[in-house]
Amino acid sequence: MSRLMALWLLRAAAAVHESRDWLTGLDAAIGDGDHGINLDRGLAAVAQRIDAEGVLRDPGGGAGAGRAGAAGPAAAGPGVSDAGAAGAGALLTMAGTTILGSVGGASGALYGRAFLAAGRRIGELTGATPPSDDRAIAVEAFDAAVAAISVLGRSAAGEKTMLDALVPAAGALRSGCARGAPIADCLEAAAEAARRGALDTIPMVARKGRASYLGERSVGHQDPGAASSVILVSALADVAANRRGG
Amino acid sequence: MIAMVLVAHSVELATGLRRMLAQASPSVPVRIAAGMDGSRLGTSALAVEKALRSALGDAGGDDVLVLLDLGSGAMAIEVAIETLPPGDRARVRVSGAPFVEGAILASVAAAAGASIDGVLAAAAGSSAMPKLPDDWPR
Repeated sequence: MSRLMALWLLRAAAAVHESRDWLTGLDAAIGDGDHGINLDRGLAAVAQRIDAEGVLRDPGGGAGAGRAGAAGPAAAGPGVSDAGAAGAGALLTMAGTTILGSVGGASGALYGRAFLAAGRRIGELTGATPPSDDRAIAVEAFDAAVAAISVLGRSAAGEKTMLDALVPAAGALRSGCARGAPIADCLEAAAEAARRGALDTIPMVARKGRASYLGERSVGHQDPGAASSVILVSALADVAANRRGG
Repeated sequence: MIAMVLVAHSVELATGLRRMLAQASPSVPVRIAAGMDGSRLGTSALAVEKALRSALGDAGGDDVLVLLDLGSGAMAIEVAIETLPPGDRARVRVSGAPFVEGAILASVAAAAGASIDGVLAAAAGSSAMPKLPDDWPR
């Protein structure tokens, strides 16, 4: 699972980088025009740390360069190079901390806390008895991320925020996995739900954040936080599908 | 002695205000968390955390007062406070007062030995203080 998380974070960083100007354009319309640049910088920092820690150099996830990386800062507890769920949790925690330090404002706080909450939940479930399967862990981690955003942002779906993409995505992930579908299919369903949710923000009036100052003038524009959430969830679905397809 | 933390999107803004506070109340320790790396505008939860930890040390056993320039910095402050141990969390108070006026009045009150509640009240009262003389022509 940790390899999947590392691949996802790298893919997400690349996808956000590609879409940086588009995201910034969305944010220029109804925000302060820095969402794309900010998130790009934050995820680039995450990607750099993944490269530096050598997480993907060793598929076994523990020997050689990987272990040396895990002996670096914050080495108490599972290192990012540990294979399996423990490493996945550590990776998400690292991503959250990195984002908190490098992505400013509300986006940094919200995404940072979301990653930290997901990482923490994976850590809690990893030691659990009976051990949870990967799908159950994924669903719980996603839910934890969404809950963290909802609490910190004092927000819910329908207010033209990233939650309008993430809440439907969490629901699709949960129901797909409950039906027993393979994780890649559940994540594809989640990505599709996120895409639809983000498009649904276009006619909404913003009730939170900088865009809420625009009131009716925020109508007709897609929320940039929802748009970037789609990119992240889609990247996760893509990576999961490649993995299955070989 | 009560210590202060200034949270702002611009490092120049925070640094300038800190200089004003140093002139008004040199005995009050002031830390800043402002801007992002380079010269970017923004607030970072990690920077706020760092400033809070330093200010808690500066204050000895006293409390820390946080002021912010815009409401969009509140989330970074909230996240930062939640990283602190519970005992320290209770020592951090945040004021929604106007950034410059609130900071000045708060630091003057702190330097005069006011309690944290007195300092908070001073900051809160700053928004009611007229900036222009009563006979200012419209």
